[in-house]
Amino acid sequence: MENNEVLIEINDLHKEYTHKKILNGINLDIHKGEVVVILGPSGCGKSTLLRCLNGLETIQGGNIKFSGKNLTDKNVNWQEVRQKIGMVFQSYDLFPHMTVIENILLGPTKVQKRSKDEALKQAEELLDKVGLLDRKDSYPRELSGGQKQRIAIVRALCMNPEIMLFDEVTASLDPEMVREVLEVILGLAKQGMTMVIVTHEMNFAKSVADKIVFIDEGKICELAEPDEFFSNPKTERAKQFLNIFEY
Amino acid sequence: MDINWVFIKESIPLYQKATLLTLKLAFWGILFSILLGIICSIIQYYKIKILQNVVQAYIELSRNTPLLIQLFFLYYGFTKFGLKMSENTCAIIGLTFLGGSYMSEAFRSGIEAVGKTQIESGLSIGLSNIQLARYIILPQAFSVSIPALSANCIFLLKETSILGAISILDLMNVTKDLIGMYYQTFESLFILVVAYLIIILPLSILLTWIERKVRYAEFGNQSTF
Amino acid sequence: MQNLAIKVLFDGLNLQRLFGGLLVTAGIAFTSIIIGSLLGILFGIIRTSKSKFVRFISRLYLELFRIIPILVWLFIVYFGVTTALNLQLSGEVVSVVVFSLWGAAEMGDIVRGALESLPKHQIESGKALGLSFWGLYRYILIPQAIRRMLPGAINLATRMVKTTSLVVLIGVIDVIKIGQQIIELSRFKVPAASFWVYGFIFILYFIICYPLSRLSKKLEAKWQN
Repeated sequence: MENNEVLIEINDLHKEYTHKKILNGINLDIHKGEVVVILGPSGCGKSTLLRCLNGLETIQGGNIKFSGKNLTDKNVNWQEVRQKIGMVFQSYDLFPHMTVIENILLGPTKVQKRSKDEALKQAEELLDKVGLLDRKDSYPRELSGGQKQRIAIVRALCMNPEIMLFDEVTASLDPEMVREVLEVILGLAKQGMTMVIVTHEMNFAKSVADKIVFIDEGKICELAEPDEFFSNPKTERAKQFLNIFEY
Repeated sequence: MDINWVFIKESIPLYQKATLLTLKLAFWGILFSILLGIICSIIQYYKIKILQNVVQAYIELSRNTPLLIQLFFLYYGFTKFGLKMSENTCAIIGLTFLGGSYMSEAFRSGIEAVGKTQIESGLSIGLSNIQLARYIILPQAFSVSIPALSANCIFLLKETSILGAISILDLMNVTKDLIGMYYQTFESLFILVVAYLIIILPLSILLTWIERKVRYAEFGNQSTF
Repeated sequence: MQNLAIKVLFDGLNLQRLFGGLLVTAGIAFTSIIIGSLLGILFGIIRTSKSKFVRFISRLYLELFRIIPILVWLFIVYFGVTTALNLQLSGEVVSVVVFSLWGAAEMGDIVRGALESLPKHQIESGKALGLSFWGLYRYILIPQAIRRMLPGAINLATRMVKTTSLVVLIGVIDVIKIGQQIIELSRFKVPAASFWVYGFIFILYFIICYPLSRLSKKLEAKWQN
């Protein structure tokens, strides 16, 4: 994976909220086809890092390069960039006033100006893959959390992104629904989708990640392959962190 | 008590005309109030410099002064500076001035009710600001605002009773004239009350129905594509 | 020319007379608010009654004021009741009667809402702590009820102040009437008087109502629990 082209290059990234430093010099390369899982204690800045990649947060120092293009440039057309970066949030946030299929088709038809038929075909294929084709005319309020999250993933995938970002997508779900969502993500990984995942699900992280990035207090504390990281953490902080998850 | 039904029957055309006039003025007043309200709430939402303060001042001035004074000020005050306008125009402007601030507050609370995460979701699929407003924010804001908007419509409709003060031949003036001329006080007042019931009750019921339907379908704007 | 026009406000006893009229307006407003509030609290307690009939009748009473414009009520009492009962009521008395009844209706709704929204477990917690019936009311129920009532009550008072502008239309010599008299007298000397006089009255209402509405908002935000 390390030999593939670098899709995202994060250089010395700094971010702060009114005098509080959230990201304190992050350096990270994400290669095509790679699955990077970001772990860390609450408040360490992992969600913020993800949000910076999608332009949802302002940056105070350093830069982010996406396929060579500098995203910290003032003239960046975020509309274009965001079509290539798919993001799924913890709160899934399907648009409540639209049906499932309308939610999914909004981006492809209105932003990417694709033909409705072509987009519909792709949408239905994807819905079928996650097992929700029969729900395409339902409204979000009729669905369970797990179903909504899977549809949020389909909505992002229908934009044909080059990379997918997942921000604690199972944190709001009942335990029984967590699995169905994680299986979708695992499926994507097998297909070679480049992904950056922020999660608390340790077993999932172990099975899906090519690389584990452990962040603490705004800095990358440890960077390793999952087997290494989970069985033999090198830093004190990582050891402490992993202890929390073992009873 | 003998009720002079003949008088009532003969007065109906007069009241009918006045009712239609009231409805016409109310219609335009409400329409322009809504437009003004949308513009003001957009200005406040995007925090546009200077205009935001103007809107803020406008809202406070319009909500803390009575319609009667606004009308007098407009009709008798401004005309002295060469600005000529008919009573009907003045009435509509007055209603718009008063109503705009109320509508603006209703829209603003609707817009603010749309969650930040909804907006981020919209941005993440590449929507532009305009598309965001059109497909995500406004439909949801509208649904949240409907109760307040319909209350405002009823409010403005009731305020039309004041328009008679600037010599419009509305229901109040017709009643006053008839009482003055024929002394059929009870009958005149009776038709007056009936007229207002006819104007306001159906609208109130219609709006409650719309409110319920919109909430049930949860934003029911299904023809987005 | 305008610089001369504004002088009409300061000409002779004009300002004094305007404030005399303001006193009439304030008197009506103040009296109505006091009577309306007291009656309203009583009415509000009545509305929480378990009897469906009582609740229906009292709800009807409120809706009468919500559907029929206040000006129409003023006409009904001023022209109708006086003729029917063969009484000669002054505009001031009619105003106080109508506003008090209206205020009571609205206040009753506010009080009812406040009482019904009190969490029942507070009463249970209070009892568990050993509070007596009066202790319960004094330390838990009344303070909380007041918090829920006050913003709405202040808002109602503001609306009542604005509505007092209508009394000029049933012949009361209030600040607006006096303003009109001044304008009439100055018609030839200072044609633009209407702008300044109505403008002045506009500002007067604003000065009274704006602080009240700010207070209501502040209290509402402060007690948002």
